[in-house]
Amino acid sequence: MLGRTEMNNFIARYPLWSLLFLLLAVAFLCLVLAPWPPELVASWGRKQIFLNALLGGITLGALYFLVAAGFTLIFGLMRVVNLAHGSLFLIGGYLGYEVATASGSWLLAFPVVFVAVALIGLLMQFFIFSKMEGEELRQTLVSIGLSIVFADLMLWWWGGQSYSILAPQFLQGPMELPLVSNVNDSTGVVTWLRYPSVRIWILVAAIVIGIAMWLVLNRTALGMLIRAGVDDREMLAASGVRIQLVFLAVFGFGAGLAGMAGIIGATFQSLSPGEDTRFLLASLVVVIVGGMGSIVGAALGALIIGVAEQMGFVYAPTYSIVLTFLIMAAVLAFRPQGLLGARR
Amino acid sequence: MSVADQAPRFASVADQRMWSERIPVQWWVLGLVLLLLPAVANNFWLFQVMGWTFILGMIGLSLMLLAGYGGMVSLLQMSIAGMAGYMVAILGPSGAANVSLGLSWWIVLPAAFLIAALFATICGALAVRTDGIYTIMITLAIAAAFFYFTRQNYSIFNGYSGFNLVLPPRLFGLNWRDPVPFYYLTLACAALSYGAVVYLARAPFGLALQGVRDNPRRMAALGFNVTAHRVAAYALASVFASTGGILLVWQNAQIAPGTIGISSAIDVLVVTVVGGIRRPLGPFIGALIYVLLQVFSTDILGFFGFSADRFKLIIGIGFLAIVLFSPDGVLGLWDRWRAGLAARKTSTRGGGA
Repeated sequence: MLGRTEMNNFIARYPLWSLLFLLLAVAFLCLVLAPWPPELVASWGRKQIFLNALLGGITLGALYFLVAAGFTLIFGLMRVVNLAHGSLFLIGGYLGYEVATASGSWLLAFPVVFVAVALIGLLMQFFIFSKMEGEELRQTLVSIGLSIVFADLMLWWWGGQSYSILAPQFLQGPMELPLVSNVNDSTGVVTWLRYPSVRIWILVAAIVIGIAMWLVLNRTALGMLIRAGVDDREMLAASGVRIQLVFLAVFGFGAGLAGMAGIIGATFQSLSPGEDTRFLLASLVVVIVGGMGSIVGAALGALIIGVAEQMGFVYAPTYSIVLTFLIMAAVLAFRPQGLLGARR
Repeated sequence: MSVADQAPRFASVADQRMWSERIPVQWWVLGLVLLLLPAVANNFWLFQVMGWTFILGMIGLSLMLLAGYGGMVSLLQMSIAGMAGYMVAILGPSGAANVSLGLSWWIVLPAAFLIAALFATICGALAVRTDGIYTIMITLAIAAAFFYFTRQNYSIFNGYSGFNLVLPPRLFGLNWRDPVPFYYLTLACAALSYGAVVYLARAPFGLALQGVRDNPRRMAALGFNVTAHRVAAYALASVFASTGGILLVWQNAQIAPGTIGISSAIDVLVVTVVGGIRRPLGPFIGALIYVLLQVFSTDILGFFGFSADRFKLIIGIGFLAIVLFSPDGVLGLWDRWRAGLAARKTSTRGGGA
């Protein structure tokens, strides 16, 4: 993250780039806040479509963040590329569906699923990954094997049909946002944008979780241990910290977060076999773009990928995947460690 | 790293025997059995089981070249094979007449190899920007992007339905999709690919690649261009993958996005690791096991009281077992068994497998 002095340095060193960024930001804010003139509507379509795509992208980014945050945290600390992370997402979604339908409470599903999926993650770390520490490739191959087994077990138990969880009563329906959707030329009546409230609340929840994670990482003793472990695992272990416990905590938390994201995914869209791969890939792309092992990077990457995916979906449906991929390729070409990744 | 140790030993021993005498007798027997197989095996075995084994083995071989000698575990090989296969379908004749160009085979085949090699080079250049464990993530992401792109794009890749009726050219008056000609075609391609990789491992480029795998910094200090060697390995491996991909299209007579999906990309890795990722023979062994399990999954799973749908579960558990207990794959198990046998006899161990 750029601090105040670093920002001043940036402006002093690259005045033209800073001006360009500023202009782009202002133009973007105008697009979002001001009503669109008819010429723009003629070439780009109605403003409502743009705003919906943007908000859809941001909320999708929030979901991607919840999945990718655990992935990037586990990778940053333990160097484990857990390719079974998508499976944890899907398990969480299915379990959430079962709990929500059995108990009738959407909110109850969250703690239950968090604990259950975190337990799966703990077992994976305790019985498998900790046994082959340092053998990165082998750990990755094991996680691929686990994801194949999990996928088939889930297909066995829940079948091929798709499930979706109904949002609770108080989150159903749209809410009005303080964003101008349209201004009627003759009457001057302003229409405000209406957007599904469940998505907005999930965005808020993701932001809260993100900030909480940042605070825990940067302001607590546990966070200090984790950050020290990310920087130098051996030195931390040598200084007497029981690092296996830290590993277990992080793995369990990351897995549980992916499980909770599964419930949100099932409420947003639906769950079916294959969603595990989709979200695994999404988190891969997010951490490649954002920078491996960085929570803020995961948030930035999730936002970029989510918005790019939705914008591409609305404005260039045939090439939406290509847009995401081009972003990833550009990041790899110019900044292989990711936008906010540390250089090694 | 057994291969790295073996290769110079083979090269340095000044062997005065004829080349035909230097090949162990097991290889002659294996070659003879494979050549005479059509006399005893039925069409299903030749076309489905063996044909598919060789094709999967060749795609796995391209991964083995990258992973075993270059230290780059790429999940991209199925996409490269698919690219070559798609090019055959797009440039040559197919059932989707409005998309396919219908050019003749002597333009189509070189173009397919060339485009696939170009694709592999570009993706390889992206993938080698980072190394180690990142490669697997980046290649998986690229493979997925290619899969989704072929599914969405109708003007070039004909979208969800893909291409059907993609048939091999009728050369020498033979229908190459008949079981016996197809068997010999795949056998010849597989044998050539295998020979090429074995040769490559002891050629200067292969040795340099293994050096880059073991210590990139030292190789760079010696004046080798590490990045160029890695990218060249991708380009070279694409030849084997493309051969497999083109044969795969001819065998199925069709190609669709499902052919190059994520699970296929992972299957190639599974096959290679199960067989043994350090030696060129590994992918073929892994492919044979995979194909046999797949073809006879109904019987095997029925024996244990499962339905045939649980094939992936068996594959996944088998893969896990191999990765957990024998990182060198089945060939590693075989080696250990022979080493154990030799130790029991307290006699010196014969030449490597």
